[in-house]
Amino acid sequence: MPQFLRDFFTRNGTGMGLAILGLVLFWTIGLIILPQLSMLDFSFRPNLPPPEIGGPKDVYTLENYKYLIYGPEGGGQDYNVVDLKVFFRTLLAAVCVTIFNLILCYPIAYYLGQTKGNHIRIFAIMLIIPYWINEILRAFALRIIFGETGVLNTLFVGMGIWDTPFDFIRNDIALYAGLGYAYILLMIFPMYNVIESLDKNQIEAARDLGAPWWRIHWRVVIPYAKPGISSGCTMVFMLSAGALAAPQILGGPSSLWFTQLIYQQFNDNNDWPQGAAYAIVLLVTCILFVLAVMRLFKVNMGDIGK
Amino acid sequence: MSAGGGVDLENLWIRFGDFVAVRDANVNINGGDFFSFLGPSGCGKTTILRAVSGFLEPSEGNVLIGGNNMRGIGPNKRPTALIFQNLALFPLMKVWENITFSMEIKGASAAERRKRADELLDMIALPGQGDKLPSELSGGQRQRVAIARALCAEPDVLLLDEPLSALDLKLRQHMRTELREIQQRVGITFIYITHDQGEALTMSDNIAVMKAGVIDQIADGKTIYNDPTTAFAASFVGENNVFRGKVKQVMGNEALISTNRSGDLVARISTANQGKMREGDDAMMFIRPEAFAIAPDGATGDHFVSARVTHEEFEGNVFNIFTEGDGGKEIKVSLPNLGQSFEDHTGQTITLEYETRNAVVVPAGELAAE
Repeated sequence: MPQFLRDFFTRNGTGMGLAILGLVLFWTIGLIILPQLSMLDFSFRPNLPPPEIGGPKDVYTLENYKYLIYGPEGGGQDYNVVDLKVFFRTLLAAVCVTIFNLILCYPIAYYLGQTKGNHIRIFAIMLIIPYWINEILRAFALRIIFGETGVLNTLFVGMGIWDTPFDFIRNDIALYAGLGYAYILLMIFPMYNVIESLDKNQIEAARDLGAPWWRIHWRVVIPYAKPGISSGCTMVFMLSAGALAAPQILGGPSSLWFTQLIYQQFNDNNDWPQGAAYAIVLLVTCILFVLAVMRLFKVNMGDIGK
Repeated sequence: MSAGGGVDLENLWIRFGDFVAVRDANVNINGGDFFSFLGPSGCGKTTILRAVSGFLEPSEGNVLIGGNNMRGIGPNKRPTALIFQNLALFPLMKVWENITFSMEIKGASAAERRKRADELLDMIALPGQGDKLPSELSGGQRQRVAIARALCAEPDVLLLDEPLSALDLKLRQHMRTELREIQQRVGITFIYITHDQGEALTMSDNIAVMKAGVIDQIADGKTIYNDPTTAFAASFVGENNVFRGKVKQVMGNEALISTNRSGDLVARISTANQGKMREGDDAMMFIRPEAFAIAPDGATGDHFVSARVTHEEFEGNVFNIFTEGDGGKEIKVSLPNLGQSFEDHTGQTITLEYETRNAVVVPAGELAAE
């Protein structure tokens, strides 16, 4: 038995230790790993009617993955342009949402983290309370603001600034705003946590040595906050790329999110293997992308947990 | 007004709401001096330092550095460098990057900065340590890196906020000598904040003793120790025995004090109070423990104190005798250990004698808290 496991049992006792270990293993293996493995298995099988499952046609195949790249056989196109475009646009949009959120949230996190006083608690509560409202309701609320006869258009057209209503939905502005808003907290709080522990004297020391404000951030605060920034960015990126409700409600009719394609495969086409393959591609691509960016910015996996 | 790296505080008031942190401070610090602000915690000395470094604007009055008024000039534009109590080294930068941070801001090349860092590392006796992180150094080494970082900015004035308080005793004493040496080598003004009178006395050219936002006395260490202006300065700097009483008679620069418990005693009036003390004034007389000697039994007069010994202790370099003193405070007598034999006086009444020049009298006032 390795040392850490022995320590674990001495600390918790054998009975309690086994119970904790069992629950953790059940959670990770039974509720996360096994269902995902079965999805993986699905993704390599053809979509067969129930009687044929287990029959001679039920063999492993790369068909579902090929479909994403080449489209239906005899579809007339070399590549599955429509789905691939949605796929890459989703990734790009998720990157944009992440960067936009980072720029928006860093000053807020810095202010919260470095200011003392009771009003900070009130600010934090004001950030948290809107999240008691469920995602769907929040998304529809944004529709009220951004819709053709919504608050913004009524206001600007009424004031005579615009002649005709601006279509926020078709131009995806409502979607980006919705996604950005949905994950603000996940961006702010990891950064806030780290910045709060930054010694104020460090900032004053840099200032005293002649640094202008931007250099203090560039050389002192941001390097210190890097674990929080990475943690926030990875969460926001993963969740935006995998979001469903916001694109469904706030996306324009022509702009599909890749998750909507997956949803269509599972639900409308009743093609679970195809949906599973799409979902796996999204998952693996996102993980690889995050790992690559982490390496680029020299972030350790351990930092993410901070 | 002092030129070069001189610092002048003119009628400086600093208030936080209703609280007065600094009350009408007037200080002239000569360029190239090692100047200390000495006082208990909360006396406003750090507030003064923050006003000089520019992190705080005075409510009234001016801070002048090299004769230039600093009002409205931010900390990044002042010719000062501050060494923080916790040093505030940048933990993610290597030692050499820490030291040359001020050059990086001015756009110096990496090669230039490396070179300067190496020079400064040699100066602080840490050659070849530039590539380490601050966390890989010991407390004393970090201390020196903080000094090098501040000196690299080539300030006219170096401000030090109790930088030795986190070190252990031996290292602290060593760093006193080292700081003084560095100051004399670079020749710039050092302004040092401390509550440790030993640090202030050993390093400073001049010391300002502060109490509750007020500067009580500004003088060199010897003067403050031997010729204090106020009861607070007398009791805060070094150990002192206090005798409360009233002035019975003024004889030129000396006074006869009618003490509450020890009869009439003669003492020198401290220089700043000469000519100001009148008969009948409440007064406090101070005699250092080391200024007493044991007199033959039965000797009487205006420089003899008789007292009952409560206990004694042997400290190594001195032998301490504690007697029942004035107003509940005990009188401490320290006799140097010169190899003589010490007889145990516990429970006996002994007679102590002192020389008039070693007893100093000031107007009655607040004493430093023990």
